Amino acid sequence: MGLLGVYFRRTVGILRTEVLVLPSRVAVLVFIVALMALPIFTQDYYFLRVLILTSIFAIFAASWDLLSGFTGQMNFGHALFFGVAAYVTALLNLKLGLPPYFSIPLGAVGGVLTGLVVGIPCLRLKGSYLALTTLAFPIILTGIVFAIPEVTGGELGLAGLSRLTGSRVMDYYLTSGLMLILGFTMWKITDSKTGIILHAIREDELAVRTAGVNTTRYKLLAFCMSGFFAGVAGGLYAHFMRLAGPSGLEVGLSFQVIIWAVFGGMVTIYGPIAGVFILYPLMEILRVVLDQFPSLPEIRMFIFAALVLLTLLFMPEGLIPWVRDKIETECPRCKVRNVFSRHRCRICDAALD
Amino acid sequence: MILDIIIDGLIKGSVYALLAIGFSLVLGVARIINIAHTALYMTAAYLIYVGTKMMGLPAPVAMVASIVLTVILGLLIYNFFIRPIQEHEAAVLIATIAVAMMIQEVFLMIFGGHYLGVNPLIDGYATILGVKVTYQHLLALGLALVVLLATRLFLQKTRLGLAIRSTAQDREVANLMGMNVTRVAMGTMAVSVGMAAVTGAIVVPLVTVEPTMWMHPLIMMLAIVVLGGLGSIEGSFVGAFILGFAESMVVFLVPMGSFLKDSVALSIMILVLLIRPEGLFGVSFEEER
Repeated sequence: MGLLGVYFRRTVGILRTEVLVLPSRVAVLVFIVALMALPIFTQDYYFLRVLILTSIFAIFAASWDLLSGFTGQMNFGHALFFGVAAYVTALLNLKLGLPPYFSIPLGAVGGVLTGLVVGIPCLRLKGSYLALTTLAFPIILTGIVFAIPEVTGGELGLAGLSRLTGSRVMDYYLTSGLMLILGFTMWKITDSKTGIILHAIREDELAVRTAGVNTTRYKLLAFCMSGFFAGVAGGLYAHFMRLAGPSGLEVGLSFQVIIWAVFGGMVTIYGPIAGVFILYPLMEILRVVLDQFPSLPEIRMFIFAALVLLTLLFMPEGLIPWVRDKIETECPRCKVRNVFSRHRCRICDAALD
Repeated sequence: MILDIIIDGLIKGSVYALLAIGFSLVLGVARIINIAHTALYMTAAYLIYVGTKMMGLPAPVAMVASIVLTVILGLLIYNFFIRPIQEHEAAVLIATIAVAMMIQEVFLMIFGGHYLGVNPLIDGYATILGVKVTYQHLLALGLALVVLLATRLFLQKTRLGLAIRSTAQDREVANLMGMNVTRVAMGTMAVSVGMAAVTGAIVVPLVTVEPTMWMHPLIMMLAIVVLGGLGSIEGSFVGAFILGFAESMVVFLVPMGSFLKDSVALSIMILVLLIRPEGLFGVSFEEER
């Protein structure tokens, strides 16, 4: 009992001194608790389905940010990792009968290998070249998928995968839990020593090489890590939808992930996750609302594009960094973040302006 | 068969060349990857459809009107959506994607997803070496070559052309030499959108007009620009014909060719990049070491 009490008091202490002092950390805590507690209040089939897909795409968008935001290797063909992993997962499940907890990790390994295959030719390319070249890979693969329908199922894709878990609520906990764990892992990676090197490569690759770092290895590592996380998302998607098709390789999906990530705020990991959690359910709500007015033409995507465009005009850095800078200020002396309402820094007592 | 490939390759190549040159002008001068470029090409095609089929205007009038309107639209987009966020590279990128999606959705709303067509300017066909070639194809080819030549002359001989080329080479020095870089960028945007609109006007009788017709040219155009070397006009020109011919050869010669045409064209691009990372006629930008 005494030990439990110690742990309890320590947790409360951390909560009080580290979490509750900053609105952004409170927001993350509220988000996690709300996500975990949600099935207690509603188990609506459709509602949970939307949130499951949101979680899957949140992993996907964050993996894009890891590669394109942090490492600066602008990837226009991120759907490649997603699609390849979905196909690998589907083939393993359908042909070899592997259950989801084997086929999804193996599909993610497929994503890692894809990252290597794409990463090696792209090592010598920079900036816009890289962006436009990576766009090509999923399109090439789509052509191949259509050309060999015996293996890939052609236009219809591979259907009839086994279910993720038995029930919808379990599916929900699996995907949202994985999203939180993987999101946290990615955030820790960007905060680690490796993450600092990746960040430095984005700022000035030549300088990093001059400092004696093998940038080639780190860039490939970034491609592989991003491929892994995107691959997990692809595998989850394939098992949840019970379908892996060419739509997972579309240019539209690659563009979509860029829009989610940049809308939420690049180079943050939590930005893209928030971007997906705002935009994807919003689109579903719009679908339901617009279904009430059948006389209107199909204006859902138009509203989506207009919304993204207007947000960018006012917050070119993305939504989440903009909000964060409004509610928090950085201490000029010790660089610790503070609530905007404080006049003196909570750590070093320097005056905030 | 061979002549089919040659004619088809020439037309595809010149259409892609027009699109790619317009795109690489803006990329070179303003450093904007304008995804909406081919969406504006689609706009011109739709406006011609509206002009000829719905308002009954004579075809040449509709063509000129559509080109002018598209250029105005392009300048408005540049002024209101791209210029305010020009310093944020990623934001500009998705702004142009969003603009392209908006244009697509507007046409989907107004016209639905139907496949529409525009009558050819002239009917009939010529027989060259035993192969039927419609006059419309020959006209498109001729017009495309004329526009390409005119662009070349414009860039080499006029003052604005000189300004565009020098700004593309080095933005800061051009600014120091007293050029108004913003205005040059605006002019470049007008020229670029104009070229996209002209392309739309030229090919509209040969293609089906539908709201997703911008996707395929966009992908080919991006591949061409990378293949030829970013910001290089000659590169875009040569790359366009390489990929144009590759595409029509695959379509005519390979079984399942229409599925594989993109794959083959883009594989060529990647192979070239493996050997020459800066593209065929690559120009290395000073500040992007």
